[in-house]
Amino acid sequence: MGAQIRVYRQKIASTSSMKKIFKAMELIATSRIGKARSRARAASPYADAITRAVSAVASQNDIDHVLTTKVENPTRAAVLILTSDRGLAGAYSTNVLKRGEALTKRLREDGKEIRPYLYGRKAQAFYDFREREYDQVWTGNTDAPEVDRAQEIGRTLVDRFLQPTEEGGVDELYLVYTEFQSMVKQEPVVRRLLPLAFVEQDADAKHEPTPLYDFEPAAEEVLDALLPRYIESKIFAAMLEASASELAARQRAMKSAADNADDLIKKYTLLRNNARQAEITQELSELIAGADALAAS
Amino acid sequence: MAELDVQVVASDHAVWSGAAKSVRGRTVEGDIGILPGHTPVLSLLAEGDLVINPVEGAPVRARVSGGFFSVDSDQVTIVADKAELDES
Repeated sequence: MGAQIRVYRQKIASTSSMKKIFKAMELIATSRIGKARSRARAASPYADAITRAVSAVASQNDIDHVLTTKVENPTRAAVLILTSDRGLAGAYSTNVLKRGEALTKRLREDGKEIRPYLYGRKAQAFYDFREREYDQVWTGNTDAPEVDRAQEIGRTLVDRFLQPTEEGGVDELYLVYTEFQSMVKQEPVVRRLLPLAFVEQDADAKHEPTPLYDFEPAAEEVLDALLPRYIESKIFAAMLEASASELAARQRAMKSAADNADDLIKKYTLLRNNARQAEITQELSELIAGADALAAS
Repeated sequence: MAELDVQVVASDHAVWSGAAKSVRGRTVEGDIGILPGHTPVLSLLAEGDLVINPVEGAPVRARVSGGFFSVDSDQVTIVADKAELDES
């Protein structure tokens, strides 16, 4: 009987130390969400300005720029999937990967070849485990993304896009990431980055009609320089949003883990007390039985 | 006198914003000075100094590299890859 009590004591001790870890991780995630969100806000003026400029250039010039023209029969598509490096964030990475799988399936049905680009160790593990190929992977710092990383990814993808299809270039570029809608709601979404579709008129709706700009140097060159930056800023914005989502998901997962640990501790405490009481009862009845036996003899 | 509404943003943060009398910067084709009433322009930035003369206070200097800037009905938006205010 004593062994039973010891087992429960050990379980209570280990569960409460796990609970401490969960609590600490929850607090860390909570404190970092604020930072991640303010970084996303800080980057948005840049993204807004660049979007405005790109749509201004594109709307008044009927330029056939490589990045805006649709290929007749797209045969190859790059898919960039943003996941996290670390787990313990509930279904965060799984949800993005599932969304990515659905997109891949749909594109395959359209007869397109998929070139996956991965971001985050979870995506890498997912692909490695299934022994699937991917073109490139970036890992590290998914919960605090850097601009340099976004630029590197952007450049890689734009270069791949600019390659002729026959030489292995891609015709389309999709981005799968988790949109941060609120602290309790994050939704995996798919965005097509390339070829560009200029439908972001809602941002301009309150603006006057875009002015007739003079370009320095020529409009083509301006567009040449602008579009890669536009892609980079979109990717960076997605990375920031994904990091906020990751932290929010982690906070939630850790909170429910701590709550579960609480429940377990309560349950084991009850069982331990039961076992202790049973032991006392048994000892007592053994004593009484012994005394009875002695008295009877 | 009309004023310029200036906004300087780098890729991950807003650097400076406010009202200004003039802005001077360097584009890939040479220096450019913007006064209120300038015709709309969209131009690529070269690496160099950016000088903003605010309506009040001392001129603000910033080092910028790469990016572009747009002028549109006295709204000046400078979008730089990297921008650093000179504190001196």
